[in-house]
This record gives sequence, structure tokens and C-alpha cells, in this order.
Amino acid sequence: MSANGKLLDVQHVTVEFHIGGLVGGTLLTAVNDISFSLENDKPEILTLAGESGSGKTTLSRLLLRDLEPTMGKVLFEGRDLSTIHKRSEFKEFMKKVQPVFQNPFETFNPLRRVEAYLFDTAMNFGMASNRRESVQIVGDALRNVGLSLEEVSRRYPHELSGGQVQRVSVARALISQPKLILADEPVSMVDASLRMEIVNLFRELRDEQKVSVIYITHDLATAYYISDRIGIMLRGYIVESGPAEDVLDRPFHPYTKLLKESVPEPTTKERESWAEPIELGTTEVKEYGRVGCKFAGRCPQVMDICRQADPPDVQVGLRMVKCYLYRDNSGRPAT
Amino acid sequence: MALLNVKNLCAYYQTELYGISRTVRAVDGVSFDLFPNEIYGVAGESSCGKTTLIKVISGNVKPPLKALEGSVNYNFGEYKVDMLQASEDELRRNVRWKEISYVMQGSMSVLNPVRKIIKTFEDIVDTHEGIMDKDKFLEQAREHVNRLGLPTDVLNAYPHQLSGGMRQRVTIALATVFHPSLIIADEPTTALDVVVQRGVLQMIKNIQAMSSNTVLLVTHDMAVHANVADRVMIMYAGRIAEEAPTESIFNAPLHPYTQHLISSLPMIGERSTRASLKGTPPNLANPPSGCRFHPRCPYVMDVCRAEVPDLVSVKERHRVACHLVKEGSL
Repeated sequence: MSANGKLLDVQHVTVEFHIGGLVGGTLLTAVNDISFSLENDKPEILTLAGESGSGKTTLSRLLLRDLEPTMGKVLFEGRDLSTIHKRSEFKEFMKKVQPVFQNPFETFNPLRRVEAYLFDTAMNFGMASNRRESVQIVGDALRNVGLSLEEVSRRYPHELSGGQVQRVSVARALISQPKLILADEPVSMVDASLRMEIVNLFRELRDEQKVSVIYITHDLATAYYISDRIGIMLRGYIVESGPAEDVLDRPFHPYTKLLKESVPEPTTKERESWAEPIELGTTEVKEYGRVGCKFAGRCPQVMDICRQADPPDVQVGLRMVKCYLYRDNSGRPAT
Repeated sequence: MALLNVKNLCAYYQTELYGISRTVRAVDGVSFDLFPNEIYGVAGESSCGKTTLIKVISGNVKPPLKALEGSVNYNFGEYKVDMLQASEDELRRNVRWKEISYVMQGSMSVLNPVRKIIKTFEDIVDTHEGIMDKDKFLEQAREHVNRLGLPTDVLNAYPHQLSGGMRQRVTIALATVFHPSLIIADEPTTALDVVVQRGVLQMIKNIQAMSSNTVLLVTHDMAVHANVADRVMIMYAGRIAEEAPTESIFNAPLHPYTQHLISSLPMIGERSTRASLKGTPPNLANPPSGCRFHPRCPYVMDVCRAEVPDLVSVKERHRVACHLVKEGSL
């Protein structure tokens, strides 16, 4: 079925947006030469983490075939997404790749019962031909997320808690038995006491349903908790990627280091180090347009070369780092 | 001497539509004190009454919100105000911005997008004190901004030219022009990136240390409280579940809800499985009987379903509302 045993293969994709009027205006590179892949037989959770404006959502739109890349291609099971034209082919693709969105209350129409979406999805994807069959399928999907049809039937979104509605939206995504779930900030609108139930759910899906998950977030703590691999994004680039524990325990890239240090930890032990003053930019810095490394303006270890050309991807152990500091394979800054 | 004394405050939203009346008991029997020179954190999930509490203590009680019981008394040295009795005119003239100021979540909606920052400064100063000498005002504005560690050219910028973090810091600078005794910061960093969040919170801490005033920091993010607040109040369903110095809240929490809230937080460097609380946050229009946490509590007893637990002091500055905890014991 797939050409090279890869479920998803993203090859050097670049997305450019044109900003400004018809004449003039500038090009904004939202996603810049990004490559990564997911194996077919090894389900995993891949996190793409970054601050706002790092290109996370643009990348997720690419993977959902909502946007065509300016350069490069996205292969799903060996097939280039840009060659999907027919509605039936797109439907097959949608069956295998399902999204989960940020705000569960915006995912569902407040005037419609939540179960209606589940039944619609089952019918639309041809998983069931009549209501009785779909009851079975919807029931199974809800059981996978720890709910039952009795709990959600005849309920409107506002009658369920944020955590429950988000679980229903994961159940909806599971109905077509997808191979890949793309979750864009799935817990940022969910209350703290319910957040872990969603995060744990993704773990269970990976282990029990063998579904791969691309988890897009700005929250490094939950990313560390669930992901196998992580990619840290900055202004359209993946600046560091590798096994999640590795990257976040001992970050190499100066940006990852700054990001990790700035995450407040829920303990009182690090109050003093966290209070060490940091520099913030005054005006909206046009980091997208910068030549060379996008972090050069804020980097404590900046060198002349950083401002001249894009740093290359350097393989350090199991990781990829996009930084001039790591030119040999030692994992230590090159001198 | 307490700066603010809130006693048994009950604030409900009462609506009546087509003869159906509905009461949402958003703040139900809350008592606490705020002291000068501290950062007091208020934590809780959405719809636990945090915002309603701020509305009442900042004197913004408008229908359908009603403050039915209790008192909110401020003591600004020589000047004392009963917030629930004070007239709108008095609040505007003497209290708002001068003694109590407010930092809100979206800095973009505070600043006028078509006016320079300095003009917004001018508006605020002119409304509250009147500007006699323009040059002197400009001088003072520059001095104020400088003292807070912001470059003076932000005054001549339009809001859209500033980065998100700088905008939020400008609104904090605006909130502190009259050196208020109390700064209420409602989710000041929720929409910001982590690096920027750190910078903004550092600024709030610095201002507090410089002027020894009081900051009421409201956020749902426990990690922020751990790093910024001196004391923390945990609210659950309109009531105080626990209140203690930050060290005690994080290292020796007593209420089952606090314990759970803290143990469920993921941390970098720690991957053990974290359980989530069962059940859902209660509906405040129809809250559970007795202790409002009882349907989700792992240690629930019969008494919890029947009786509301009192908020008792277990040791100095540590109060808990739970039937498991008795007065003075640990």
C-alpha cells in the first residue's frame, strides 16, 4: 500500500503567503523547508511545539490538505496530497487523517445535539448504512474515549463539560478508524482538572488503537508528558527535533533552552532562577524577514555567521539541530 | 492592618425571563484579607467565581450581578471605603485608578488603536487629576515609563507597532501612573507566549517590590502562582477551598482538590502517569449539597454530602474548608 513503509512523509515543504496589496507587498514564509516522517507500523505521538506565529497551524493545514505547499510535497501512504482531486479520493484520505481542534465548544453547533455529529460522520464515511449499524459504531468510538452513548445522547454541547465535549470530538475523529489524528492545541481551552484526561486519552489511542498522533501545542509540559518525538518550531523552521525526553531534558539549540527555562514549573523551588531578568523586544520584530538564523536577534550566543546565512541542519546523536554552534557530531558547541 | 477586608461575601447573578428565575451563586460566602506589600494569587478553574469576585471587590456590581450579603471594606490609610455602599461618583473620583487599578487580559482592547500611547496616558491623567502643565506631564510620563524599565520611545508608538508583551507592559505602566495601593491583574499573561509571559510577570513583581503595594493576581495557571505569588487562594465553585502561603499550597496542600490540582500538573523531566479528576466542575445554578467538591472527591464521607465545611485555620495563615481537616490540626 505504501511505497516506503511511511505513513506520512513531509518532504521539504515551504509555504509562502503574500501580504499586502496587488502591487508591492511582501512574501511571508510561514513554513520553511520542513521535513519529517511517521512510520506506518510504529504508532507514535509527534509533537510540534512553538510560540504563536511559528507556523504550527499552517503546517497542520498542509497535512490536512487544506492548503497546498508552495514548494515540496506531503506524501500520505506514498501518495502526494496534491494529486488528490476527486471527491471520492479526498474522502478516502479524510477517513485516514482526522483533525481535533482547539476549542471543543466551537467544534460543535450549540443548537445541535452532539450525537448528531457522530451519526453523521458514521454515515458520511460509509462506515454504516443505516441508523442501527451506526449506533454500534458510535457506541464503540465513545467507549474508546471513556464515554457511553447513554451519557451523551440527547445532550447539547453546553450540557457537557469542556473535557467531555473534547472527548466527544476525539470520538468523532475515531469513527472512521483513522491512522493519524492531527490535534491542534487540543487541551489549551480545557480546564486544568480535565486536561490530563484528554492527554492520557492520546496515549491510550497510541498504545491500544495504534493511531499515530501529531500533537500541536505551545505547552512544553504536556508535550514532554505524552510525546515520543518533538519538533521545536521557530518562525517557520524546525530548529531542533528528536526524542522528546532528550530534547527537553538537555536542549541544544539556544532557542529551545530559552523556551524551556521560561516555562514556569508548578513548584516553588525555581522561583529565584525564574525571576532572573530577561530581555524582551520592544517592537514587533520582523523575524520572518530576517536573513540567516531567525533567532539571531535574541540569541545569547550569536556569532557573525548567524546573521549571514541560514544555519544547516546538523545531526547530533539522535537529534537534528539547526544551529551553527553544532557543526561536529559531539553534541557540544563547536569552537 | 489589612488593606482589604472581605467578609462573608455572597454575589449572585439573578435573572428572570418569562417568569423563570435563575440564580447563579458565583461567589458564595467568601471571606479573606489582603495586606499591604504582598502578591496574592487567586486560582481556580473557569466558572469558579474568580472574575465575579474581582468585579465585586473593584466595585463593578451591575445587574444581573447582585452582592446580596457581606461586606467589602478598603483601608487606604486615612481614606476608608465600603465598596458596596460607595457611590459611583466617589469611586470614580477617589478610588479607581488612584487606589485600585486593573490590568486586563487583552492589552489590545485597552489601548486605543488609532492614538499614540502617550495620548492614552494623557487621557487617563487628565480624567483623574487634570493636566495643568503639558511639559511637566510629558516629563513625568517619561520618568514613569523609564522607572519601570521600558524605553521612552514606546510613548510615541501606536499600539500595533508594539509587540504583544510590550503592549501588556504598557498597560501595566498605565495602571501604575498614580501608584495605586492595589493592582488587580486578571489573567494578565494568558494570551502570551511563555518567554513573554515571564518578562511581563517579572515586571509585575518588580513594580510590587518597588512600591510595596498589593497585587491581586488572578490566573488559572498554577505554575504562575508557584513562581510569582506570596499567598494563594484556591477557589472551587464559588467558595474558598484553601488559602495559604505559596510554599504550603505547593508543598503541603490539605484540601483534596488542591492536592489533586497540583499532583496532576505535568512537568518537564517527569513522565509518570498523572490521573485526571473524575466528574465535571459543578453547575453554579444548581450546586451540589454540602461540600461542593463532594461528587468528585476521592475521600468523600457522609458528612460531606450534608454539611458545608467551615473554612478553618489549621495554622498561621493557612485556612482549609474540608471535613477531613479539623481546627488547629494537621
